[in-house]
Amino acid sequence: MSSGNGKTLNLTLEVWRQKGPKDPGKFVTYDAHGISTDMSFLEMLDVVNERLNEKGEEPIAFDHDCREGICGMCGLVINGRPHGPRGATTTCQLHMRSFKDGDTITIEPWRATAFPVLRDLVVDRSAFDRIIASGGFISVSTGNAQDANAIPVPKEAAELAMDAAACIGCGACVAACPNASAMLFVAAKVSHLGLLPQGQPERESRVTKMVAKMDAEGFGSCTNHRECEAACPKEIPVQFIARMNRDYLKASIFAGRREARAGDSA
Amino acid sequence: MELNSAIPSGPIEKKWDKHRFEMKLVNPANKRKYHVIVVGSGLAGGAAAATMAELGYNVSCFCYQDSPRRAHSIAAQGGINAAKNYQNDGDSVYRLFYDTVKGGDFRAREANVYRLAEVSANIIDQCVAQGVPFAREYGGLLANRSFGGALVSRTFYARGQTGQQLLIGAYQALQRQVGAGKVKMYSRHEMLDVVVIDGKARGIVVRDMVTGKISSHAADAVCLATGGYGNVFFLSTNAKGCNVTAIWRAYLKGAAFGNPCYTQIHPTCIPVSGDHQSKLTLMSESLRNDGRIWVPKQAGDTRPPHQIPEDERDYYLERKYPSYGNLAPRDISSRSAKEACDAGRGVGPGGKGVYLDFADAIKRLGEDAVREKYSNLFEMYERITDENPYKVPMRIYPAVHYTMGGLWVDYNLMSTIPGLHVLGEANFSDHGANRLGASALMQGLADGYFIIPYTIGHYLASNKLDKVGTDHAEFKKVEAEVAERTNKLLSIRGKRTVDSFHRELGKIMWEYCGMARNKAGLEKALELIPALREEYWQNVNVLGGGDELNQSLEKAGRVADFLELGELMSRDALVREESCGGHFREEYQTEEGEALRDDERFCHVAAWAYKGKDQTPERLVEPLAFENVHLQQRSYK
Repeated sequence: MSSGNGKTLNLTLEVWRQKGPKDPGKFVTYDAHGISTDMSFLEMLDVVNERLNEKGEEPIAFDHDCREGICGMCGLVINGRPHGPRGATTTCQLHMRSFKDGDTITIEPWRATAFPVLRDLVVDRSAFDRIIASGGFISVSTGNAQDANAIPVPKEAAELAMDAAACIGCGACVAACPNASAMLFVAAKVSHLGLLPQGQPERESRVTKMVAKMDAEGFGSCTNHRECEAACPKEIPVQFIARMNRDYLKASIFAGRREARAGDSA
Repeated sequence: MELNSAIPSGPIEKKWDKHRFEMKLVNPANKRKYHVIVVGSGLAGGAAAATMAELGYNVSCFCYQDSPRRAHSIAAQGGINAAKNYQNDGDSVYRLFYDTVKGGDFRAREANVYRLAEVSANIIDQCVAQGVPFAREYGGLLANRSFGGALVSRTFYARGQTGQQLLIGAYQALQRQVGAGKVKMYSRHEMLDVVVIDGKARGIVVRDMVTGKISSHAADAVCLATGGYGNVFFLSTNAKGCNVTAIWRAYLKGAAFGNPCYTQIHPTCIPVSGDHQSKLTLMSESLRNDGRIWVPKQAGDTRPPHQIPEDERDYYLERKYPSYGNLAPRDISSRSAKEACDAGRGVGPGGKGVYLDFADAIKRLGEDAVREKYSNLFEMYERITDENPYKVPMRIYPAVHYTMGGLWVDYNLMSTIPGLHVLGEANFSDHGANRLGASALMQGLADGYFIIPYTIGHYLASNKLDKVGTDHAEFKKVEAEVAERTNKLLSIRGKRTVDSFHRELGKIMWEYCGMARNKAGLEKALELIPALREEYWQNVNVLGGGDELNQSLEKAGRVADFLELGELMSRDALVREESCGGHFREEYQTEEGEALRDDERFCHVAAWAYKGKDQTPERLVEPLAFENVHLQQRSYK
């Protein structure tokens, strides 16, 4: 079957190659000719890899899975921008019609201390899992739940919670931030759960623990560059960071008072 | 080998209750003495691992992705069914049960389906308590929508990202247990074999996908929740990494494989755009609530859609199935699309597409209302096709989406290997020959949250399990086998890439074991697949080494297993001389072209038992009894 509009591109790629976490790594130039504009960016890399394989050269390693923009596994810095030139788009959903014939495209992994490179374009994002494990949940064991309609949730709150919950955990916010901060990721989870009535009992402890864990994992602090928001493929706004800061401040003040009260009664 | 479904006696409404009372329990203080392995971290695996850990068991959970949050359940868009009857429109546990049995074309086990419908309501309660932001009405209560194969609104949803939100709920529960030290999580680990000692599943052998290290893990029981095998077709809506390896290895170790030929072809996917295509993208079935499906009446009509007047369009689902219309079940909708395209009435490049048109919905509800319901799906469509579905109708075509077949399990979700349990899409159990929309999420979470946590206790309490460590000779033996297979793949250094074999296999499967099948085609597939497999082991080229992150090697192992599975699927499809649900044999159809079942000869589950390399597997049969829903020809007219 022919391509939708039949256009093809001849491109030059500058790709980051790195054998392993300890290898210094370097850019290697590859030719990518005859690329259909209907291909996704990852399909373009598939084609390049097939050609490398046929020549007996090891293919470029990159993370990907669902290829429909929801699993959060893919993520490349393309011409200096996490997930590439198109807004609100994951790498797998970026299509080659966003590029011009003759372009040189630079492809790098996420770069952040807390995301070490494992190989080529593959990084270790397990720090995100550890942040969630520190408190990014509602403590409700299976079977504890009451009827789902027992607590009404205002539609506006549910919608706003959903805006925050749309985070796919890809890490583009960290890659985009000059401080490699994970504030947008953490704020999205803190807000998602903090906006719902079910999330109230642990609201203060959650934000305290998650922020402490984020710091411990080596992520930087937020200095309001807002690069995270621009890079986020799910358009999660920085207002959630403000919301988290407010919760964090409240938690720091009240936690101290509660400890004092607990001391009195003891 | 015998298939004992272990269905409890008594009336269907009482079976699960009775069974829960009769099952043995593990003393709360003793649960921590048991260790359970869960492979897969999607809705079934994630929910199971979290819940078993909450109960006190020690759990090890494995996934091939870099985080358990990425399992492919995340991509489910439309929703999850539950018999809550919040809409007061006549829903009930019995109706959900009835719809599911009928939707599955009378090839599912009644008792399992009833239990699924029963626990469906608990799932919604649990998810809301976890903070899943389901869609709500202005009064703050939960909203519902309709899905295919049902005349009630029982589908709960979170925009077009329901799977994502449910999975994140399960993932958060799982991470809570990771933080509590009750679950040890192994991401970027791929299970390459199961270890059976004294007839019981006692562990697995895995490969660390970063270092390449092959290691053993021992346990008292093993749960596989590794999803479906639609990627045998190369092009499917599955994630690129989805594979059959875990359940295929279990099959080779003695777990019977149920109904491998039952494949769901989803009617609403974005059509293929070229040979570079690496996967297919689904457009949620929920779109069929408001979108109308049509093709031009005249074959070869190449006018753009807006130039085709109303009376020259064929809204074929509305015409053929007036009561269900655009919400006819998936198998029927897919076949109708294929028929229209085969008759030369398809649209778009190559004529492989039909329109899904929102013009009427936009006229009726306004663009904003349509945007609120479906904006993310519309954006996704535009990103892929460069066409704006608010202005021009979407083009869709059927694509492989789900596999109803899987490892055979009894009522306790245990395979024919004692101790090896199988959950979610990886088992064969609840959907018969066709799955209804919004039922996969329901089944995954039912298995994980509400069924395995009970039945695993029964298994552990009623079996004497000797202490087994990874120093046991059997672990060493399996490790050596896994290492040898890996080395073999790396040493062939032939001329063809793994992907080129995978594409070729996919073409064979789609052509001969896809939406419509016939005897001659299946026999052809049974010649082509073994020949391709033979070539694979002579001529595949897998570069790099075994002791490093090597994505070609990962793919190579999976494709090797697909090359065996494809043969079993074709064999199963050949022997089942009837049409049912997603299995459509051209020789067996009604005059109107509908699936024609043969209840005399095939009202049963076919489960295949491995008999050794180059031996024909044995076809075991579990008869299906329909005591509550009477066997009838499905009608959606």
